[in-house]
Amino acid sequence: MAQVSLHRIAPESAAEAAAALGEAAADGRRVRFRGGGTKLGWGTPGPRPDVELSTERLDAIVEHNEGDLTAVLQAGVPLARAQEAFRAAGQMLALDPPDGDGAATIGGIVATADSGPLRHRHNTVRDLVLGVQIALPDGSVARAGSKVIKNVAGYDLAKLLSGSFGTLGLITEVNVRLHPLPLETVTAVGRGGDPSALAAAASDLAHRPIEAEALDVSWSGDAGAVLARFGGASAPERARAALGVLSEAGLDGEAVDGDGPLWTRQAAAQRSAEAMVVRVSATQQGVAAALAAARGAGGSAVGRAALGLVWIALGEASPEAVHELRRQLAPAPCIVLDAPGAVREAIDPWDESDPGRLDLMRRVKERFDPCAVCNPGIFAGGI
Amino acid sequence: MAGRLVDELRRICGAEHVLTDRHQLRTYESDGLLQYHAVPRAAVLPGTGEEVAAVVRACHGAGVPWVARGSGSGLSGGALPVEEGVLVVLTRLRRILEVDLPNQRVICEPGVTNTAISAAVGPSHFYPPDPSSQIVCSIGGNVAENSGGAHCFKYGFTTNYVCGLEVVLADGSLVHLGGKELDRPGYDLHGVFVGSEGTLGVATKITLRVVPAPEAVRTLVAFFASPRAAGHAVSAIVSAGVVPGAIEMMDRLTIDASEKMAHAGWPADAGAALIVELDGPENECEARFDEVSRLCGEAGATGVVIARDAAERDVFWKMRKAAFPAMGRVSPNYYVQDSVVPRTRLPDVLDRIDELAREYGLRVGNVFHAGDGNLHPLVCYDAHTPGEAERAEELAGQIVVACVEAGGSITGEHGVGVDKKRYMPKMFAEDDLAAFQKLRCAFDPDGLANPGKVMPTPRLCGEVPGPYREHPLERAGLAERF
Repeated sequence: MAQVSLHRIAPESAAEAAAALGEAAADGRRVRFRGGGTKLGWGTPGPRPDVELSTERLDAIVEHNEGDLTAVLQAGVPLARAQEAFRAAGQMLALDPPDGDGAATIGGIVATADSGPLRHRHNTVRDLVLGVQIALPDGSVARAGSKVIKNVAGYDLAKLLSGSFGTLGLITEVNVRLHPLPLETVTAVGRGGDPSALAAAASDLAHRPIEAEALDVSWSGDAGAVLARFGGASAPERARAALGVLSEAGLDGEAVDGDGPLWTRQAAAQRSAEAMVVRVSATQQGVAAALAAARGAGGSAVGRAALGLVWIALGEASPEAVHELRRQLAPAPCIVLDAPGAVREAIDPWDESDPGRLDLMRRVKERFDPCAVCNPGIFAGGI
Repeated sequence: MAGRLVDELRRICGAEHVLTDRHQLRTYESDGLLQYHAVPRAAVLPGTGEEVAAVVRACHGAGVPWVARGSGSGLSGGALPVEEGVLVVLTRLRRILEVDLPNQRVICEPGVTNTAISAAVGPSHFYPPDPSSQIVCSIGGNVAENSGGAHCFKYGFTTNYVCGLEVVLADGSLVHLGGKELDRPGYDLHGVFVGSEGTLGVATKITLRVVPAPEAVRTLVAFFASPRAAGHAVSAIVSAGVVPGAIEMMDRLTIDASEKMAHAGWPADAGAALIVELDGPENECEARFDEVSRLCGEAGATGVVIARDAAERDVFWKMRKAAFPAMGRVSPNYYVQDSVVPRTRLPDVLDRIDELAREYGLRVGNVFHAGDGNLHPLVCYDAHTPGEAERAEELAGQIVVACVEAGGSITGEHGVGVDKKRYMPKMFAEDDLAAFQKLRCAFDPDGLANPGKVMPTPRLCGEVPGPYREHPLERAGLAERF
């Protein structure tokens, strides 16, 4: 039996977690979920929780089906540990968000839908999670999806739970699709001082049939870069071709072998302990404006060039700085991630105000968590 | 149904777009799954998203259930009308509203056909999900069913390409979910809408992601003594880290059937054919193609034919895509299944299907998306032989059970609809179904959107919160409250 105290519980099974949520619902207590504790500062500061539910004991790699390229992971498994196991079989879970020095758990990554550079090629949490097991505040444990890579039976609750910030229930287990590790990787880097030129060169690459593993932009100080990573037998050849495109765009090109650290840095720049980080959901053609906004505010940025996602880090954390970014980049939503509580209290970190969407989201919340037990108040629309 | 509602529908869409004559309505009594039929009270063909919203609002006001229908090519009875309800036919909503190539997005109405999207962005780009019915099937139907196709092992399914939706909810309100941008704030409601089989509302605008068309495509067909041997080749290819654009298997019976339509002249003694297609950058494709050829040989291929040009490639695909229609030439009737198994379990499950076929004394053809373990067993029968249709259905059910027991799914791409809802409890426990119902109730508390589909038994939504109100279906004695 797990240790049960007033404030901190660590269930050993999904059933135990569901029972705890059921009790909390009956007693009107608020529960905060905790995985690796690396993203607890995201979202709207909610009311003080009565209970913290940790997934630390739900930490088993339940299945790794090498031949099927699938795995079943309990929520508390650190992503880094799972990747180690997959790597031994020449495989990977194609998720590479900043991992908090190895602490970030798969449950937390799914709940926040955090992502990294690999999503250029392999998409992200919503696309890689095949099934979920969830503990609900009505005391039940439900499963949705399956363990196979193709399935359309039942509602795709895995997508509903991905990025739901624990507001609908506790994710206790996920089934994921794996991919082969690329044999060899090379990255073409093009550097320049004009955000528009960088974004345009990256967009040019995004429209070519070159199958890059990742395609990023970055900005820091008064210069930035385009990074295009290639994998497979022809990686060096394709990187050379990409360098040609980057040079033609007037960028200073370089091919980098042993490019791991380069990409770890790209992911790491999505977080900041001191600065404020705002994630911009732009279009591909909106990347230039996002980089320019980062430059204008004296900040730095990294982004998925083809996908239109840019993380802007600003040294000065203030509500005004957020307003200014939103003013410049509208209608692209600017979601505040890392920021002091005072800033996240002063503004809506979520940048969502559409009444129709919010109404539907609230209806979903009411059905799954009618007593607002699970992570109350931290999500869009005060959910 | 009150005549008032029909008058209202005529006022909204124009009298010529509202059908109430039984003879005309019979056109819509089935979708692609002909075993089921039901004639609705009325069929309405709105011309705009606003008209769809007004139609749904009118149905909501009258407490009348409705079903949305695209091209009607679905294979699970998802667009089967409800007899006491209205059928909302979306074939007039067939405009591509925006081709935003710089951002790799297309916005279209639900009645646009699947192939029209690739045609609109080609030849530089394409839209990967490619169900066999792609010439006729609609994007709205693809969204409802989360359609797949031959190329989804590498490229993914409809859900991986839908980034925004305009949806009419069951109360007739219009809501915009997602958009051109990714990771918008809040729940991934467009994600959960895709594949919801018309039970959460109806999409009136769809924003799709398109991708650069591959530089090179190389296709081969390898012949094997048996599907089991071909299955080993599939495993070898995937284990080597190759991700083919498509990897499709046909057994002897389906090869025979397809030959009658596509005349490829494949060896008459082959027990199975494996079509492998690689696509991508030219040099990568070349390097990997030789490897695939070699792996097929090592797995015991009795012959490998490489398509020398687009025409030869088309013949391979004609063979594959003819499999369903051609089965009609070797059997008076057939029943298509759509189960999925973990790829490594394919050989065992194929043996089990053989065993079942012998036990039931019926022939079963097999054609499948081998990369994702998605089987399409074709159970052959003659409806004129008394009892054979029932035996075929029972055998098909046994195949589904075998797949679920092997860790798979009851449906990979055709949907649950009415056809497979009875198998839902094989795959999901009561608490799982209850969680599905929570979602359903959030979107459609009155249960008016495509009732009687997906869930194995009718169930109603309690009020959250508030006093008890009798549900229209409950009043009519059609369902009980759980």
